[in-house]
Amino acid sequence: MWFKVEPRQEASQAVIYATPVLAVALTVASGYFLFLFLGLAPAKTLYHFLISPTLTFYGWSELCVKAGPLVLIASGLAIGFRANVWNIGAEGQLTLGAVGAGGIALAFWNETGLWILPLMCLAGIVGGMLYAAIPAFLKTRYEVSEILTSLMLTYVATLILGILVYGPWRDPLGFNFPQTRMFTDSALAPLILEGTRMHIGIVVTLAVAVGAWVVMARTVIGFQIKVVGLAPAAARFAGFSRNRTVWFSLLLSGGLAGLAGTFEVAGPIGQLVPHLTPGYGFTAIIVAFLGRLHPLGIIASGFLMAISYNGGEIAQVEDRLPQAATGVFQGMLLFYLLACDFLSRYRIRMAQREATSS
Amino acid sequence: MIALSIVNISAAVISASTPLLFAATGELVVERAGVLNLGVEGMMLMGAVTGFAVTVSTGSPILGILAAATAGAALALAFALLTLTLMANQVATGLALTIFGIGLSALLGSGFVGQPVPALPKLHLSGLSDLPVLGPILFGQDALVYLSVCLTAATAWFLKRTHAGMTLRAIGESAESAHSLGLPVIRTRYLATLFGGAAAGLGGAFLSLSYTPMWMEGMTSGRGWIALALVVFGSWRPWRVLAGAYLFGGVTILQLHAQGAFHLPAQVFSMLPYLATIAVLTIISAGPWRGRFNAPADLGKPFRPSV
Repeated sequence: MWFKVEPRQEASQAVIYATPVLAVALTVASGYFLFLFLGLAPAKTLYHFLISPTLTFYGWSELCVKAGPLVLIASGLAIGFRANVWNIGAEGQLTLGAVGAGGIALAFWNETGLWILPLMCLAGIVGGMLYAAIPAFLKTRYEVSEILTSLMLTYVATLILGILVYGPWRDPLGFNFPQTRMFTDSALAPLILEGTRMHIGIVVTLAVAVGAWVVMARTVIGFQIKVVGLAPAAARFAGFSRNRTVWFSLLLSGGLAGLAGTFEVAGPIGQLVPHLTPGYGFTAIIVAFLGRLHPLGIIASGFLMAISYNGGEIAQVEDRLPQAATGVFQGMLLFYLLACDFLSRYRIRMAQREATSS
Repeated sequence: MIALSIVNISAAVISASTPLLFAATGELVVERAGVLNLGVEGMMLMGAVTGFAVTVSTGSPILGILAAATAGAALALAFALLTLTLMANQVATGLALTIFGIGLSALLGSGFVGQPVPALPKLHLSGLSDLPVLGPILFGQDALVYLSVCLTAATAWFLKRTHAGMTLRAIGESAESAHSLGLPVIRTRYLATLFGGAAAGLGGAFLSLSYTPMWMEGMTSGRGWIALALVVFGSWRPWRVLAGAYLFGGVTILQLHAQGAFHLPAQVFSMLPYLATIAVLTIISAGPWRGRFNAPADLGKPFRPSV
């Protein structure tokens, strides 16, 4: 007996949606052995890692708080990935969005009004868009890889934030800690449920996810993006502009990352600090792929990644699991997903080995 | 006094360039074979943590360096399995490799943060090391620095002068044609990818054993990505990549020295290597010499032999 691998005529839809489940199963199995290797009780640690975060209502509300920014960023990234535009600098765009929003919050620190938060959102979106415009410009004008430029700019963004919170924006009454003043109530995202940290940004995120689905499924630009990604030659023939797709994808994903940054500083953080997120901009890349670049899938995978963050914290306390385990899980998941995708494009069959195979 | 500081600065530039040179030379070979591995940062970090952990545990830097190369190659093997055998998207897999490498290195290294490690011994070459000025700059370095330059020379010779090197380049230009000529496309790409991983691992080991020397989470701080940019900057030629690496080492050291000289926040200077990367990528892509046209024609394209 011998295995034979044949390409499928068309990618199998059933397998495409089954692979994330298979990838999660493989990751959990690998996690079992990883915990064993680390000298922990694997079953108990896995329970804390994957189940404990989902056991209480408050636990779910915390998952929403974490999944929100991931889904918001991934919705934008997914549209770019479909067009083969690789914005991997969402973390930097998030940071610049937070800087924009934080700037508004601090500038109007003595003011109150319902207009402050919307203005912060606008500043956040514009901040993220402007920052994403740099790789878009360099890509469309000079053919510079947006992968490298957007990533380099992420390091620069962290340093820009550092200059501000260690320097001019530092809280004058903050005992020299590198952080700004706490935002006033007008600059904070209102909570949607008392007793939780769930804020208005989560509602906005849901609306954006639905909106992203409408754009991709029902609009001309969405169709063009898909064609540019799937068949660049056909897109050129049809007169679809690649440059327009690059600009659209980068500005959209940059703007949404900036908005995510806004809701982080106006939500759970409430001020600007040197490190805003545990790498949401990078994890969102995994969320987009795991969700099959589909809005509904992105919401589901956003929650899964939120579990890996919150479960990682629980296992850190309960089992002394190093915090870095979360990153290993997320990386492993993406690995397995990419490996399992093979099954959607190829069919594996048992076959008799030919005697005279060349 | 001035002469002494020039000597010190030059030696520091060479030291700062070496991790980039290792990683970029490795990636150059990978890309010349037509494979784009964006996981350099992850492989460097795995090399850095493994090299450090093994050196601290065994007391032998040689074992540590070998382990670092092995760790880098092991991660590269995962990349090769996914992209060359399972035909996964190279860009996405490279990103996965980086995310995974950042996480795994942090996990493995969590017990080694803040531990001291004996710095690599400087190789004393009798006669040469005692030369005035040039001696301390060029011949007062540790063995890995010489290895990195030898690696560049060997790569240049291999690609240009050997049959295997020509095979590798042919595969990078057109896997389809190379395959129809009977050249082993997949095997060559596997070997090139493993070489790239081992070289990135060595670059990481140099960081944690010689340059810093210590282990810290995410200590490569983007050097893997800068190495990727250097391959473009060097238009896929080993000696130009070496020149690029030394240029970047120069920028790194220059910004460190400039921090004290100007009344500006330190972060402004820390931005320079990243901004310089963007600037040189733009110049090389926009300039009349059009360096990017040297890119291997089949770079990043998947290939599956149709038996």
